[in-house]
Amino acid sequence: MSSKQSGPSYKWVCRIHDVYKDKHSLPSQTTSDHPLKSAIIERKLSHTPSAKVTNNVSDSTTIVEPLGVSLDGSDPLSSFAKLTYDPLSKIAADECVDELDEDSNEPGEVEGMEPWSVRRREILRRFTTSEKLTMVTFLLGGEKVTVKTPTSQIKNRLEQLDDFEEDSEYREADLTQKEYMARIELMHEDLLTAWQQDQKVTALKIIIQCLKLLVDTSVIQFYPSKFVLISDILDTFGELVYERLHSKSKCIVPGRDFGKPLPPKFTPDMVPESAKETCRNWFYKIASIRELVPRLYVEAALLKSYSFIKQNEQGPALLRLCRMVRGIGDPLVAAYTRCYLCRVASSLNCASQNFLKENICDFIASYNQLFNKIVRLDLAHQRVPVPEYLMLFPPAVDWMFQGYVFNASDKILDEVLAQCKVKINNSLCFVYSGLLINAMLATFRSSYIAKHALQFFELISACSDEGFPQYLLLKQFGVCLNQCEPENSAEILSDVWLKVAQIKDSQNYLCVAEVWAEFISKHFASEEINSFLGDVVDHLMGKKECKENYDYLQSILKIILTHASDFYSLFSMNNLIPYLDLFKSDSTKVSLCKMILVEFSHRKNLILNDLVVINSFMFICRVLHDSVNALSIEDEKRQISNLLSCFIQRVDMGKKFEEQLSFYVNARAAFTNLDLVQTSLVQCVIRLACETHLIMKGNHSSRTASFVKACIAYCFITIPSISLEAFGVLTQLKLYLLTGQVALLNQCLGQADACLKAALSLVPKFPTSFIIDNVSKSSEPFLISYFCDFLSTLLVVPDNAEQEVLFLTRELIKTLRKYPWENELSRSYLYLYALDMLSTCVQVSYPYHVKNVDSNDVYYGSHSKFIKEVNWICSVILEEILAVLKAFAQPDKLRLQHELAAALLHRMVVRADLRDESVLTLCVNLIGLIKKTRSAASPNTYAISRIQDYLKWKTRKLPEISSENVYHLLSVKLKEAIKS
Amino acid sequence: MSLSLDIQLKKVSKVYQEGDTIAGAIVIESPNNVKHDGLTLSIEGAVNLRLSPKNVGYIEAFYNSAKPVQLVSYFVEVAGPGKIPSGKTEIPFEAVLKPLTNRTLYETYHGVYITVQYTLRCDLKRNFLNKDLFKEIEFFVENKPKEYAPPKPMEFSISPASLQNAHKNYIPSFKIVGHLNSTVCSVNKPFTGQLTVEHCESSIKSVELQLVRVETCGCAEGYARDPTEIQNIQIGEGNVATGLAIPIYMIFPRLFTSATLCTTNFKIEFEVNLVVVFHDDHLITENFPITLVRY
Repeated sequence: MSSKQSGPSYKWVCRIHDVYKDKHSLPSQTTSDHPLKSAIIERKLSHTPSAKVTNNVSDSTTIVEPLGVSLDGSDPLSSFAKLTYDPLSKIAADECVDELDEDSNEPGEVEGMEPWSVRRREILRRFTTSEKLTMVTFLLGGEKVTVKTPTSQIKNRLEQLDDFEEDSEYREADLTQKEYMARIELMHEDLLTAWQQDQKVTALKIIIQCLKLLVDTSVIQFYPSKFVLISDILDTFGELVYERLHSKSKCIVPGRDFGKPLPPKFTPDMVPESAKETCRNWFYKIASIRELVPRLYVEAALLKSYSFIKQNEQGPALLRLCRMVRGIGDPLVAAYTRCYLCRVASSLNCASQNFLKENICDFIASYNQLFNKIVRLDLAHQRVPVPEYLMLFPPAVDWMFQGYVFNASDKILDEVLAQCKVKINNSLCFVYSGLLINAMLATFRSSYIAKHALQFFELISACSDEGFPQYLLLKQFGVCLNQCEPENSAEILSDVWLKVAQIKDSQNYLCVAEVWAEFISKHFASEEINSFLGDVVDHLMGKKECKENYDYLQSILKIILTHASDFYSLFSMNNLIPYLDLFKSDSTKVSLCKMILVEFSHRKNLILNDLVVINSFMFICRVLHDSVNALSIEDEKRQISNLLSCFIQRVDMGKKFEEQLSFYVNARAAFTNLDLVQTSLVQCVIRLACETHLIMKGNHSSRTASFVKACIAYCFITIPSISLEAFGVLTQLKLYLLTGQVALLNQCLGQADACLKAALSLVPKFPTSFIIDNVSKSSEPFLISYFCDFLSTLLVVPDNAEQEVLFLTRELIKTLRKYPWENELSRSYLYLYALDMLSTCVQVSYPYHVKNVDSNDVYYGSHSKFIKEVNWICSVILEEILAVLKAFAQPDKLRLQHELAAALLHRMVVRADLRDESVLTLCVNLIGLIKKTRSAASPNTYAISRIQDYLKWKTRKLPEISSENVYHLLSVKLKEAIKS
Repeated sequence: MSLSLDIQLKKVSKVYQEGDTIAGAIVIESPNNVKHDGLTLSIEGAVNLRLSPKNVGYIEAFYNSAKPVQLVSYFVEVAGPGKIPSGKTEIPFEAVLKPLTNRTLYETYHGVYITVQYTLRCDLKRNFLNKDLFKEIEFFVENKPKEYAPPKPMEFSISPASLQNAHKNYIPSFKIVGHLNSTVCSVNKPFTGQLTVEHCESSIKSVELQLVRVETCGCAEGYARDPTEIQNIQIGEGNVATGLAIPIYMIFPRLFTSATLCTTNFKIEFEVNLVVVFHDDHLITENFPITLVRY
């Protein structure tokens, strides 16, 4: 600032205006309608599905929303909604259709039943082996199928027969699973090749060979997968035969030579004799297959083709096949054969209740086969433990049960249950009953199981781990009860838990606990959840840690968090923290804590006010906070900060403000690393101060006053700890200002001063640019708006008696003068804003006040000394501006000069006292400058015309002195300046 | 494409009964005009008997096979010497199936020692420069369905005690009971019944049904009776469950089975053997003679 002696060349004299006189109201009129209302109604109308949609818009005479018009009355989102499918579900539906096309041989599936394709994948995934496999086959790696020119059909067939007799059996040992599967796939290809080359006998031979593999139960662990692979080939074969017969039997239309294809639902009468004969031949042929299992499977595969020769033959045939399965001694082979029959039946929609029932009855009746001598010997030989052996059954058995009991009446379920029970009570079965129980649990309606929960539990508890693993039963039991709550859940839980607690293996234990966690958290209060967690902790304490356990533990916690009705009390449980402590590795612990907080943040209405709970949360938050280090990525930090902030904002002690503050103090100490958290802490404390203010209605007692001071002190101390990187300075500046404002609100003048001063001293550190979305942007607009905010605050801040007049304003002007502005206009504009503020300063009464705080208007009472001082400051600023204006006198900066001159003229006309000669002269000079630089002005500025309007309005308002009206004078001059 | 000769029957199944009309067409396809010395059609049916080498020795069996018994014989000249135009020529024919006098038509049967076969043969004679052409197809004869024969059910029970010609010491204790729905069966209906392994000391490897034909030929040296297997159908695989009824179900194969036949100089009879193979490959067999009829 220039020295006092030289004095400014131009003077600024503030105009002190009469508030009441100057005030004028804008023209207004009363309305009965909201101007936007019509547009809203229209939007609603356009949603009605009538054809009037377009009319609505064109007819309307009222305001039409411009966006609405362009969109023809419907916004793009609702137009999507009008479609029956949204695009995603449409795609999904298309995919469904595709899948249906692929699995078209399974149309008979009932909705809600697990489709075979799903189970198929699951089986292939689960049942694998590393053992060496042996395949007995007649094909030498698929090279046998060669093209033969069919000389005569009979001869050809005979030759084929000869071929197979030559190298009748070929044994391949030591195959890995992959090789084995490749062989099966090769057979599949051979089958197709043979079929294409019209070698039907070969095709049948291949199929029989494949099916012979199904009798072989060596490497028993692989059997289910083998079944799946071979049944795929079988399906292909069945389909090939059917297609062939179908294409042979063109529908006979009298009077026409060429038949048309059979309709989808045809009767045997429509099938020509030749096709029937071929079909009969197929069935005669397969009836003579020597071995039972291949014969059974092939007939099942060809079941569909019965429709060519006889109507309604499939049902009885199926029943017959079902009985034939009784002849299969090996229980595993038999179970999977039954499963295949069920599949065929459901795909043909001919699964009668009789068949399904008999299938299951037979299975149960032959249950003893599972542990006969031969099976035991075989298992011992293959070194497969019994539980593992039993685990091979569920895919097939469940499928069988599912077909029968799905959507079945209670009566049927009662029957099945009774049958199983009879079998289970049979002393022989006792140990092995798990498989049946599992099948029932997996397939029965969960409501039924819930109703008979105690019965089922008795069955389960009678099982021993020698047979089907009990823990799996408990797990399945839990899954059922999760879907449907039993009446006496408390009793069941305590019973079940006695069993669960006995499970030794920690993984099995967790596997069960995971399921029951849902049950407990859904139906019980936190007390039970707590003891559940305690049990888990006891169980795992000191056990070797491993990855899978972590996954289970994490999942258990997640289940509890999502299902617990009383989220809040979860955190008052004494076992939660020990539970979290089970996680030894930091990363898992952190992700767990994060999960808890995310879940917490979703529960919008939850407010924390209990110290114990808050402490639990603090523990969790601290874990998260401590995980942040120099290597953490920015996004991670932000995520954690947001979670922590969310927690802090939810803590609400109600009226206990002091406790609340002390919580904030603790939180500050705990979360020093995260700027965002510090920021939200400051904001919370500021809010606390404001709430105090509200409660006391602005009139603090000594206690509340000191509390508020403590709050402000807290902020004042906390703000500097926010790092200055990136937006840090801006955050600090804003927080300082906010704190200052709140301090002022609470009549803490000293604190307000300190905050504002601190803010000003921080300004030089303000970065010149911010990086937003990887693009560097100038930071000046932020700073300008900040200064404006600051200035308007300063207006009401009373001067400190110990400092000179308008000390803070002077400081501010000094600061902005020193700041290295990039844009040359920025500083000048801020000077102009300062002029605005200063000219308001001298008014008799300020436009706004803070309650209970006397601003400078009261403080100085428009004392002439004060006004003089302000005028002097203004003059100094004016000189600064003029210097800039002068510096702009270069050809390339004329536009800037013009703009600044206009802005300054505006300020002078509005704010300055034009009666002062010096002021008026400057105005006239400025008009001259505007005239001179007019050519450089950008055409779209309204600055000049706005000044003009103002001058005219002023002239009109003061007609009595119009002759010597300075406004008129200036108006005329300005007009001339623009015109010429 | 050269000249081709074919016989097409109207009935796809080619199955006829006595008195039926065999209708069809001789189809000649030729790329150019063909001269020929006559086209004939013949229907033949005969019983061929062959002696079993078991009874008479191989050489005798080869030479001494009994003379075929002609059952049907027709001969007709369809066309005298002439020309067949190029392209496809169809000459339809019809013939009523009637046996020769004092003969009856037996069902078509293909056995080891006895064969009953019916053929349609078409001959196209040509001059010495070209080979004669012929086409022979088999058609099948079935008896007229008789009246419904009442089933003759049969219960059976097999135990070590019921076995004949066996060393009782080596036989494990077992009991298999069951029944056949009928020992008089229709050829075109399955053979049914059920069996239950009530208990068995040793484990079972396989349970099989063996269909056996018993052919008896009369000749100068007396009767020769030869049982041979037609087919073997497994009905129990592995160690089957005890106490559970296993269905007995077998379809009689066509051609290889016919209605049971008893004539003055030959007999065709059938039997079913129930074979139980134990794990140590010992086997027990229970024999059931059955009568096949057509109804």
